[in-house]
Amino acid sequence: MGLITVWFALVVLCWVMFFVLEGFDFGVGLLTPLLGRNEHERGAAIRTVGPFWDGNEVWLVAAVGVTFAAFPSWYAAMMSGLYLPMVLLLLLLAGRGVALEFRGKRDDPPWRRRCETALAACSAGVALVWGAMLAVFVQGLALGADGEVMSSGGTLGGLRRTVGPVLGWPAAIGAGLALFAAMLLGATFLGLRTTGPVRRRARLLAVTLASVGAGTDLVSALLAAAFGASGQVVVILAGCAVACAVLAVTVWTGHEAVAFALTVLTVAAAVVAVFTWNGSVVLPSTLDPAWSLTRSGAAATDSALRLLSVVGVVVLPGILVYQTWSYWVFRRRVASERLAS
Amino acid sequence: MALDVLDLTRLQFAVVTIYHYFFVPLSISLAFATAGLQTAWLRTGAEHYRQLTLLVGKLLMITFAVGVVTGLVQEFQFGFGWSAFARFYGDVFGPTLAIEGMLAFFLEATFLGLWYFGWGQLSQRLHLATIWIVALGTLLSAFIVLAGNSFMQNPVAYELDPVTGRARLTSFVDLALNKVNLAAFPHTMSGALMVGGALLLTIGAWRAWGRHAHDRAAFAILARLGAWMTVAGGALTAITGDHLGKVITEVQPMKMAAAESLYSTTTGAPFSLFAIGKVGGGEPFFSIQVPHLLSILAKGSPNATVQGLDDLQAQYAAQYGPGSYIPMVPVAFWTFRLMIGAGMLAAGLALAYLWFTRRGRDLDLSRPLPRWLLRVVPLIPLLPTAANSFGWIFTETARQPWIAFGVSKVADGISPGLTRSEVMVSLLAFSALYGLLAVIWLRLVLQLSREPLTPAETATSDDDAPDLTPAY
Repeated sequence: MGLITVWFALVVLCWVMFFVLEGFDFGVGLLTPLLGRNEHERGAAIRTVGPFWDGNEVWLVAAVGVTFAAFPSWYAAMMSGLYLPMVLLLLLLAGRGVALEFRGKRDDPPWRRRCETALAACSAGVALVWGAMLAVFVQGLALGADGEVMSSGGTLGGLRRTVGPVLGWPAAIGAGLALFAAMLLGATFLGLRTTGPVRRRARLLAVTLASVGAGTDLVSALLAAAFGASGQVVVILAGCAVACAVLAVTVWTGHEAVAFALTVLTVAAAVVAVFTWNGSVVLPSTLDPAWSLTRSGAAATDSALRLLSVVGVVVLPGILVYQTWSYWVFRRRVASERLAS
Repeated sequence: MALDVLDLTRLQFAVVTIYHYFFVPLSISLAFATAGLQTAWLRTGAEHYRQLTLLVGKLLMITFAVGVVTGLVQEFQFGFGWSAFARFYGDVFGPTLAIEGMLAFFLEATFLGLWYFGWGQLSQRLHLATIWIVALGTLLSAFIVLAGNSFMQNPVAYELDPVTGRARLTSFVDLALNKVNLAAFPHTMSGALMVGGALLLTIGAWRAWGRHAHDRAAFAILARLGAWMTVAGGALTAITGDHLGKVITEVQPMKMAAAESLYSTTTGAPFSLFAIGKVGGGEPFFSIQVPHLLSILAKGSPNATVQGLDDLQAQYAAQYGPGSYIPMVPVAFWTFRLMIGAGMLAAGLALAYLWFTRRGRDLDLSRPLPRWLLRVVPLIPLLPTAANSFGWIFTETARQPWIAFGVSKVADGISPGLTRSEVMVSLLAFSALYGLLAVIWLRLVLQLSREPLTPAETATSDDDAPDLTPAY
């Protein structure tokens, strides 16, 4: 039992690392055409994540790999039950990665422009699809006794099997929130990592987003309270309103590192909330609660978990050390203004 | 013939995996070539080596990027296409993928970023170390992933759980040291060496001898490096392939019998270089055979007995129950020969290049490369790439009907809920995007290999911008 809890915590840690680190990569990607008015400015924005994005994306490999290793049935149900959204996600991630890496390899303005457009579109798409899928993780899938979602028959039924779950309201709200979070992460990261016009615009955008967020959250909290929603929801919404307000103030007063850290913490807390929302159930079945996947039900055998623990204890700290070092090596801001050299 | 959901999912697995494997061997060999060139630059201080390091490093960056995004699909598809397999083998396969990611992939991705953007930011020695770490990471990565594949060829280090009926890993070390992996890893790495070598040979030879020759001294070095990599890789694939063949004969005799389309058990079995037969069985109408060669290849002795398909079928039917255990024989027969043929042709052409440029002739314009060689030079990289694909198609299709040999069948591994319409959509989407990516990647490679070499005293990374105060 103890081992399962430890590995569940490690799975969540990997997902948190992925959503936080790639979150600002996606944010930077989708904000690049918005905040960069010319090729040089957009290049500066992209350069802030250039050395890191690939290492950050490996947290997705780790999160999926560790989920597969420690909780094979959860991995199987999550992937198979969200087949088409996962395929879409992979296509968008492919477009994002290639656009980011190929852009600088050719000195040709139309080429760079096309890469930036692809980067922004794919980054936004990735944020939306992830948000929708995270909402589905909370809400659950129509899992049968064998952990599979079955089709209702016919071509349309075949498609609706895995597309259906991401078309509901919860998924739409999740997608919207994820896009908002990615933009906020991107804006605070760009504010921290650049100088010149991109930094100025990023800060302005962060203040605007945070203020809008604070207002929306406050109204939602009041509405939720008025219509008798559960106390949990009201408290969370009110908490978000306060966090957004504090964020707006910190950016406004020029505390960029604090603002970025605050955004990171909020996103991390949200990811933890998603994965622990249903207690020990990791993926609820909307058909019958008895078919929901629980931590212990989905876990691998003790021997596999023990092997992983050895690897985790030895390797994971090393990864954190050298990734931190790479962030230290490239700690200097990137200039988005043209400097006389 | 309408393809059902199982056929389509298998086809999709083949398409995304073969495509991914265009970029993997190239990344591995380019990482070593980059590291080697940079080491040569730091040892000799020669400007050529620095310029070539930058060029090969850029080729590595774009190739690695495509490898990364297509590799991600591999990790997901065990779950979305083959969830029954994922549940059954989660204990074995999950840790393999997780350990690959944590031990090797983090290393490659993080240090490649440090290398590309680290020119001038890290000390020269540290900067050199980063690219060597990337190169060693690619090897580690390949070794662990091949351990997973080797499990499917020859399941070891597991037991079946009596309660759940699922496989349970008993020892990761035994899994990694599967004898198939110990034979397949050197073979695939030799094949990888050939792909990168062939690309460098092509770029180097074309730039040193082609119509728009430029920086001839530097490109002649690149061509020689590439030619040596191709020749060495060719020799090593032959040696390691011979060993792998013997191991496979031992664990999967059906696969080697299919490779020769040997229907009856034969002592002193010959090897056909070429054969025309009826699809689906019987002895061929026409063939050119080398006597005793199959017995030598499979067992190491000219008069050894090699089991035939019909006997193995009878044996497996008795052992595993009724059903067909014979893979698609013509596919196995031809992919095996095309693999060997394409690989050897590439090594031969590289050897020819080394011959015609021997003893300093690679800079002697009065004795140019023969026209025929210059004409075929651009096609050389296709040969080892094709050889790798044929080798994998042979390995995977001639294991059929098994997903893990002798334990479970491919038909039992597919996601139970998966529908035909879903796979049609995803197969079309993957094919379209992958086709587009291939075109863009190829154009970028062509353009990078046509550019003049980076002159000294300029920024070393084109994403460059002046650096300022620390952000944190």
